[in-house]
This record gives sequence, structure tokens and C-alpha cells, in this order.
Amino acid sequence: MLRRLLSHDLPRSRVLTVVLIGIVLGLALTPFIFPGTRALNVAAKVIVFIVLAASFDLLLGYTGIVSFAHTMFFGIGAYGIAIAATRLGPTWPALAIGTAAALATSLVLSLLIGLFSLRVRAIFFAMITLAVASAFLTFASQLSDVTGGEDGLTFQLPEALRSGTQYAAEPFLGASIDGRLLTYYLVFIAALVLVLALLRIVNSPFGRVLQAIRENDFRAEAIGYRIVVYRTIASVASALFATLAGVLLALWLRYNGPETTLSFEIMLDVLLIVVIGGMGTVYGAVVGSALLVLAQNYLQDVMKLGAGAFENVPLLSRIVSPERWLFWLGLLFVLSVYWFPNGVVGRLRQRAAAWRAAVADRASVKAR
Amino acid sequence: MSEAVSEVVSEPAIATASASSGDATATHAIPRTRFDALPLLLVAVLALAAWPLVGSSSTWLTLTAAGLAMGMIVFIAASGLTLVFGLMDVLNFGHSLFIALGAYVTASVFAALATWTSMPSIALNLGAIGVAVLASMALAGAVGLGFERVIVRPVYGQHLKQILVTLGGAIVGEELIKAVWGPQQIALPPPEALRGSVLIGEVVVDKLRLVSVAIGVVVLVALVWTLNRTKIGLLIRAGVQDREMVESLGYRIRRLFVGVFAAGSALAGLGGSLWGMNQQIVVPQIGAQVNVLIFIVIIMGGLGSTVGCLVGALLVGLMTNYVGFLAPKLTMFSSIGLMVAVLLWRPRGLYPVTSR
Repeated sequence: MLRRLLSHDLPRSRVLTVVLIGIVLGLALTPFIFPGTRALNVAAKVIVFIVLAASFDLLLGYTGIVSFAHTMFFGIGAYGIAIAATRLGPTWPALAIGTAAALATSLVLSLLIGLFSLRVRAIFFAMITLAVASAFLTFASQLSDVTGGEDGLTFQLPEALRSGTQYAAEPFLGASIDGRLLTYYLVFIAALVLVLALLRIVNSPFGRVLQAIRENDFRAEAIGYRIVVYRTIASVASALFATLAGVLLALWLRYNGPETTLSFEIMLDVLLIVVIGGMGTVYGAVVGSALLVLAQNYLQDVMKLGAGAFENVPLLSRIVSPERWLFWLGLLFVLSVYWFPNGVVGRLRQRAAAWRAAVADRASVKAR
Repeated sequence: MSEAVSEVVSEPAIATASASSGDATATHAIPRTRFDALPLLLVAVLALAAWPLVGSSSTWLTLTAAGLAMGMIVFIAASGLTLVFGLMDVLNFGHSLFIALGAYVTASVFAALATWTSMPSIALNLGAIGVAVLASMALAGAVGLGFERVIVRPVYGQHLKQILVTLGGAIVGEELIKAVWGPQQIALPPPEALRGSVLIGEVVVDKLRLVSVAIGVVVLVALVWTLNRTKIGLLIRAGVQDREMVESLGYRIRRLFVGVFAAGSALAGLGGSLWGMNQQIVVPQIGAQVNVLIFIVIIMGGLGSTVGCLVGALLVGLMTNYVGFLAPKLTMFSSIGLMVAVLLWRPRGLYPVTSR
């Protein structure tokens, strides 16, 4: 049963299994173990980023193409909900219409970009998506009548999901059972389904073709697969999943603006999550998101202390300051691409495989 | 002049065949390849098409002049990137770092030479600009050398890693820039005597733009001369066509590449310096802003082609200025639309490089 749910793509490492179970359980029980809004917000962000990064992994890790427009689709999803909820009122049909419209927009856009740039040359894709994404960001910030411009949109959710709606008179284990909690679990379950669906996709015959293209596109074409078609489908699928991640984020935040979903920093976060977690392993997105979002939220406090300690050293104090957070991320990014190309998950699996090989060796020696 | 840049692009094999089978006089002359003038015509068509849309002739001329000036700056910044790709197949996403560096160095030099820039003397002002430009190029070139060694060299031949690592390197560099110069924007007022604009006939032209166009023309001529009239230029062009062949003839293409990378970075620094002067403000995102235009330009021109890069830059410069006047919100999309149209017409860019 569990094997089927995970599409027969098991963690293949005991440490990884423990870590994954820890993350999933931790996220599932956050409202009860860690009371307080900050912990819940961090957990929700981890969940959304798991979906976002896993969908990016389908493109980067499995198909081997770099897209910088992933946050654009993330933003389209979030704006879909935000615009629908502000224009049509906070009702369930409005949310459904917003999601459907966002998915349709993403589908058309990703299909156009994919067909156009992947047909010409695969490496153009990175540059063209970068250009399109930055144009979209400017466009969204300028179109203030619809998107709220730089300020973004704040909106209300349907009655059932509001924090004012109480479902139980008494708080359970320190968490009040209200609409906010319901939203959290809605996001959690949706994310779980999406990640399992992504696992299903990458472990299907289609996913195998994608990996073949990643390893050697010339040979894949020679075997008879139309690589343009496969690459385009992969980029469309990944865009749709990113859109849904955006929908989840907007549901949780009840706000969307260019900085929260479209900015280049988010794109970097996603890249970093996938690279550090491990490209070409959906589990990498889970581990990476947990690591990065936690670090982002709690490590900056540590950096503040560090900046205090280096106060008298002129340049160093400015680099250690929390505003230069991106510097350390960038450094980590470069170093991990060099020395850690398989990421955390890849490393753990390698270790486990080596260990298993050693055990098998010993067993065969004994048998003799 | 652009004819001089002619790369050996169109069917050299056919040209040789017809030359050897043709009359005797043609056999000892090196077959000249025909220069493809259609893309250049496209620039003129774009400019003329915008005329009726803009309406007033003097506005149109002003916009055209501004567009050509902008195209020139973008070309300077982009030329290094396209050569680096053409020569070594290296996709450098860190190019924006050198642009930002150039702009910031210019701001620092202007601040340090405040006595020169505040005097209403053209000689002193031009001197300040000269110092700023040279300092930007020197620093950007030096950083480029380090960048090539530390960031680019370990990932030769791996496109995916190249994109990721050079991007990471650019982020680290840009954060360092923010740490040194501060994250806030820095005003970069033009030198005293170069403020305002001059009227040439009916056309209003920014004085500073004239200076940057002049610098741009000098660089362009130098670049064209180097590429076409020197041994190094010959090797670079040959390397773009066929790297392995140049290597097997005994030239160290690696060393050549390092030189091209440093020179390209220096040119990006120069472009950033000029861009910053024309924007009159320097922000940390300056590199990323220009970088998007540069990517559009080099894809449109045909990756690796210098002429293509020039024509693409002029097209984008003109397009940006016309659309910026007619419908400011669509400026970015218009450049992308132009690129899409060009690629639909010629899928490998305006001047495709044969071996790629």
C-alpha cells in the first residue's frame, strides 16, 4: 500500500526514511506541538515550498532544463486566487474559478514558451524564461488596477476558513480548532497529494524518458522519442504544479504581492532547495525546503548575533549582517553545485548503497 | 563598417567549390562571402514603421537617436558574452555582475573626482568620465579573470552546472557589491558641463548620450579592428567557427578564452558605466536589468555572432524607446515579442554561427 502510494520510489536509505518521516510528522502535528502563529506560518511555508521545489525538480532534476520562470507560474496561481477573491467575493466558487483561470493561464503561457524556445534550442530556455519572468514581474507591478501593484492584494477567504470560525469550544492540546487550522490541514493534504502525484509522474514511463533526455538527448531522439514534445510536456506539467503551489500559498497568506511570489529571490530559494536537497529526487525537495525555510526564519536571528560580534571589523560585519543573507545562500549554492552535486538525498542514498554493498560482501564471504 | 565585421557565415564550402571550378582568376583569390544585409534592413524598417505611430517627426528623431545610443551601450555590454559563448560554449549568467561593478565604480570615481565633475569645464568633465570608464574596465576585467578561474573553469562543458554556478557567483558578487557600496541607490549626476541636451536641427539629444555614443563608436571600431585585422582576432573568429580545429593547429585556445573572458568582462564594465551615467542613478539591480536585455539581444543576433549582437542591440534599443514612448507598460514585452518574431523568421538568430 505504502509502496504503491510512493510509486515504488522508496527513500532507499534508513537515515533518509527517518528524516522524511520526521518532517512529515512534524508538519502534520505542528499546530499541536509548536503553538504560536510563527511556527505555524513557517510550517505552512515549508509545505508550499515542498510542492514548488518538487515541481521545479521535475524540470531541473529529471529533464535537465533550467527555467527561471517557475516563480512566474507560482505567482499566477497566487494572483488567480487573490484576484478572484477580491473581485468575486470570498466564496468557494470564486476560489474555484480563480484556480481554474490560473491553471489555464499557466497552461497557455508555459506551452507557448516551451514550444517556442525548446524547439529552437534547449539552452535558450534558461535565457528566454529569465526574460519573460522579469517582464512579467514588471507587468504585474505596473498593472495596479488588477494586481494591486507593488502593494499587492489582501483578501478574505470563505467563512469556513476564517480564524473567527470556531469548530470546538475548547482548544485541543493548546491549539484552537478554528478555520485557520482547517486551512492549514487543507494546504497540508493538498500538498501531500500533489507531491505523491509528482512521484507518480517521475516514476512513470514518461518520467523515464525525461531522465533519458537529461542523460543524453541525442540518443533519446535516436531511439525515437520526440524530445521537444517530452520537454514541453514536462515544462507544462511543472508549471501547472507550481501554479497549484501558488494557490496554496495565497490560501494560507490571504495576501499576494509581487515580492511574495514573483521576485527573483524566491526563484533562487527554489533553485537552492532543489540543488541542496538533491536534484532528480523528489524527496530532495522535501528535505531542502525544510532546511532552507527553517534556516531562513531562525538562522537570521543567529546572524544578528554574529553581526554584533563582528561589529568592529569593517567589511566583515556588513557581510555577516542579516540583510546579506543572500550572500551566504549564494556561497552555499556554488559550493554545493561543486562538491555536493547530488545533494543531501543523493549523498544519503550513496552511503546507504555503499553500506548495503559492504554487508552483501560480508555475507557472501561467510557463505563461502 | 559593419561589412568589415563580416564573419565567414554563409556556405563557405559552396563558395570554395564555385571558386575552384570557376574561371582561373578566381582560384587564387580567397572567396569572399556575401554579407547578409537583410537584418540591417530590418533596423531601418523598424525605425520607419515607428515614424507614423509616433507622429511628430522631431520626437521620432529624438527617440531614434536615443534608441541608437541605447543600442550601442547594450552592444558593448553584450559583445563579451556572445564571444565567450561562441568561443567556449560557456553560458555565463554572471555577466550582470560586471555590469553592476562598472556602474558602481563609476559612481565612486565621480564622487572622488567631485572637483572635476562640478567644474563647468568640458575637458575636466571628460577627464573624469575617462578615468571612470578606465577604472570600471580595469576592475571588471580583473574580477572577470578571477571569476573565470574560480567559477567557470571547473564546470567547462556542463551547461546545466554552468548556468547554476555562474548564477550563484553573480549573486555572491552582487551581495558583496551591496556590502561595499551599500544596498541603497546612489545618484550619479552627470558632470556639470554635460548636463542637459543640445538641439541638432529639430532633434533634442542628451549631451551625455553623445559622449556615450562617441565612446561606443571608439570601442566598436577597436573591437572590429581587433577581430578583423589582428592575429588574435583571426584566432577568435576561427575559434568561434571550429574550436577543435584551432586547437589542433597548435594554438592554446584556453589561454585565448581567458583573455576573451577578461576583455568581455571589461566591456561589460564599460557598458555598465555608460548605462549608469545615462540612467543617472545606480541601483544594485542594475546588472539584472541590463542582463535581461543582453540575453534577448544575443539570442536574437545568433549566439556567438558579433554582427548579430550589434544588429540585435540596435533593434532592441530602438524598440524599447519607441514602445516606451507609445505604451510604457509593454516595453519589456515588446523586446521579447521582437525576439520571438525574429526567431520565427530565423530560428538560429539573425546571423547564425555555422558550427553551433
